[in-house]
Amino acid sequence: MPKKKVKPKGFRLDLLICAGTGCVSNRSFKVKLALEKEIAKRGLQNEVRVIATGCQGFCERGPIVIAQPDAIFYQKVTEEDVPYLVEEHLIKGRPAKKLMYVPEKEALPIPRMSDIGFFKHQRLIVLRNRGRLDPENIEEYIAFDGYSALQKVLTSMTPEQVIDEIKRSGLRGRGGAGFPTGLKWELCRAAEGHPKYIICNGDEGDPGAFMDRSVLEADPHSVIEGMLIGAYAIGAQKGFIYVRKEYPLAVKRVNIAIKQALEYGLLGEDILGTGFNFFIDVVQGAGAFVCGEETALMAAIEGKVGRPRTRPPYPVEKGLWGKPTNINNVETWANVPVIILRGAEWFSSIGTEKSKGTKIFSLVGKINNTGLVEVPMGITLREIIYEIGGGIPNNKEFKAVQTGGPSGGCIPKEYLDLPIDYESLTAVGSMMGSGGMIVMDEDTCMVDVARYFLNFTQQESCGKCVPCRLGTKQMVEILNRIIEGNGKEGDIELLESIGKNVKLASLCGLGQTAPNPVLTTIKYFRDEYMAHIKEKKCPALVCKALISYVIDPNLCAGCAACAKNCPTKAITGEPKKIYKIDQTKCIKCGICLTICPPKFGAVKKVTPAI
Amino acid sequence: MQKIDNIIKQFKEKKIDLIQVLHHIQSEYNYLPKEVLEYVSKSLRIPLSRIYSIATFYAAFSLVPRGKHLCTVCMGTACHVRGAPSVLNRIEELLKIKPGETTPDNKFTLETVNCLGACALAPIVVIDGEYYGQTTVNKVDKLIEQYAKEESKT
Repeated sequence: MPKKKVKPKGFRLDLLICAGTGCVSNRSFKVKLALEKEIAKRGLQNEVRVIATGCQGFCERGPIVIAQPDAIFYQKVTEEDVPYLVEEHLIKGRPAKKLMYVPEKEALPIPRMSDIGFFKHQRLIVLRNRGRLDPENIEEYIAFDGYSALQKVLTSMTPEQVIDEIKRSGLRGRGGAGFPTGLKWELCRAAEGHPKYIICNGDEGDPGAFMDRSVLEADPHSVIEGMLIGAYAIGAQKGFIYVRKEYPLAVKRVNIAIKQALEYGLLGEDILGTGFNFFIDVVQGAGAFVCGEETALMAAIEGKVGRPRTRPPYPVEKGLWGKPTNINNVETWANVPVIILRGAEWFSSIGTEKSKGTKIFSLVGKINNTGLVEVPMGITLREIIYEIGGGIPNNKEFKAVQTGGPSGGCIPKEYLDLPIDYESLTAVGSMMGSGGMIVMDEDTCMVDVARYFLNFTQQESCGKCVPCRLGTKQMVEILNRIIEGNGKEGDIELLESIGKNVKLASLCGLGQTAPNPVLTTIKYFRDEYMAHIKEKKCPALVCKALISYVIDPNLCAGCAACAKNCPTKAITGEPKKIYKIDQTKCIKCGICLTICPPKFGAVKKVTPAI
Repeated sequence: MQKIDNIIKQFKEKKIDLIQVLHHIQSEYNYLPKEVLEYVSKSLRIPLSRIYSIATFYAAFSLVPRGKHLCTVCMGTACHVRGAPSVLNRIEELLKIKPGETTPDNKFTLETVNCLGACALAPIVVIDGEYYGQTTVNKVDKLIEQYAKEESKT
């Protein structure tokens, strides 16, 4: 399938610059302008082309420029680096060494993208077009076999055959719960009612997960093509893509893609002359986490307050405006065209017994190589964190990885060799969720993390059902008092008891999973809770009420940096002499710790508080 | 009001739903003014209570005017573990407001967001659509000072 070195006539080189949210935030568009200017200045505008692509995934190293056809990887390219890059790579024809990636603790750079650990261990299916095409140009998608799966389906397959293919592939929903996609389509096709609707759930609410944003930004046509195939299989003529308001670039690119697909006759009436009609509308969310839940999302599309309702009836029977509706998330839809083109057998040969294909994870937190990674199901956490992620920064020790967003749990280091799939993650108390993977090191307090997630779900609870509305509130209050040093004997047991009830009795997925971060941190890190409650200690030195800042008199060089920057004037002393923190005035903002020159390292945190 | 009439027309033609109507109004006025909502309610024969319930349910909408500069601090998980709470604390101190509030001189509004999906840059602060990544307490001091200075020049 991949024709890697496709290049139109006339250009000897392509410079692919990443234009995902991460790189754009790092001013990649300015770098693009500078590159174009410099190339024109050198008279190379007819030989070298600069193309803005979707997200490359290695966001930590942005802005990223890849020189094709040799796939040389340049990282952290600034406007100032542009003349150097053009001079070395384009004029002298040798790689610009200074801009290459050097792995942590190594001396030599790695020139080629495919040799870099971060990329080497990935298996790209959904992200097949990542960084190699301009997402705002439909012709580039078509050049990489785009819309040929649609053509295959419309001209040589019946809807039943399409459903059968997806069923046999073993594809399961990538939004979290992992429901078999083919089965869902079959149920929706069989359901009575007309018209039928298709929805793409792009309300990627889990904090720390951004693969759907990336897919919509980098390859919007793959999602549209997937939806078209689904619509044909189910018998729908109208679809909606629901995107979070927080993703303005994704909204823009999806709208451009829809417009182009309409112009090319790949969307709209009588698609490819086959008589099949399909239209897509884009709906922007308005900032409510619960709208990622399917019934709440449908309420939002109808223009109502996004509160979930009881199921059954499931959306496949009674969905949007009471009509049969098939809802899948962005990543699921993007898998569909590849499965149709390459076949169910090929797809099901990747992954584990029950979880087929790949999954995209967003690897974030205390990790060297932050970014998006697509890996086959069944890979171990250790491979993801150490081989792809490059381990933990600053020689710190790995403590836990949190998967599944606010619905998931924290997995400790005992399970680093766990092969990841839907079932194995559930077995250890977490879940696949949308694929957020937040790595935590020894400096992360697990009680604080649990409180963070619960606080999140409590605020995002829509308030409809009592267990979620009041249960999460009670749990947050207990966690708050533990963190503030007022924890009591029995608090842990109380948290466990309320948590179990909230899980059992809540109406929708939000409440049913909200206690997971608390329950898993209690299960695996009970001693940390105990230290907070009994000894009033925060072992990770995070919880403000349980720590104090002090200046080590043996290390202080009397530079006065801390005293100058202290907002409450709590630090006193004279230059060249030892400084001291007045604990009654200190508000524990931590500025002194960040400002103390590393060569002295005199400011320290201690627990319990003085 | 002509722009509002256009939006209302789109709604009547069923091209957009009520949430999108509010999005349009907010991008026009920077918030949802009471008079405009009343006008929409009358023209569309939708009870004001329903409009109010939507405007207050979704985090994106504001019923009070927002400041000239919108400062958004990402409180996503990646930002949280990399120190977003202390960055937020510092901005609260500098602007002397809490999230959701606007400075008395109407210059800054402070907001938090659950996740911007740009976790590699954590912790992130966005001011007027411009992303500032890997922020620290020291960096935001300079950042806010820079915006405040520009403000005093104009």
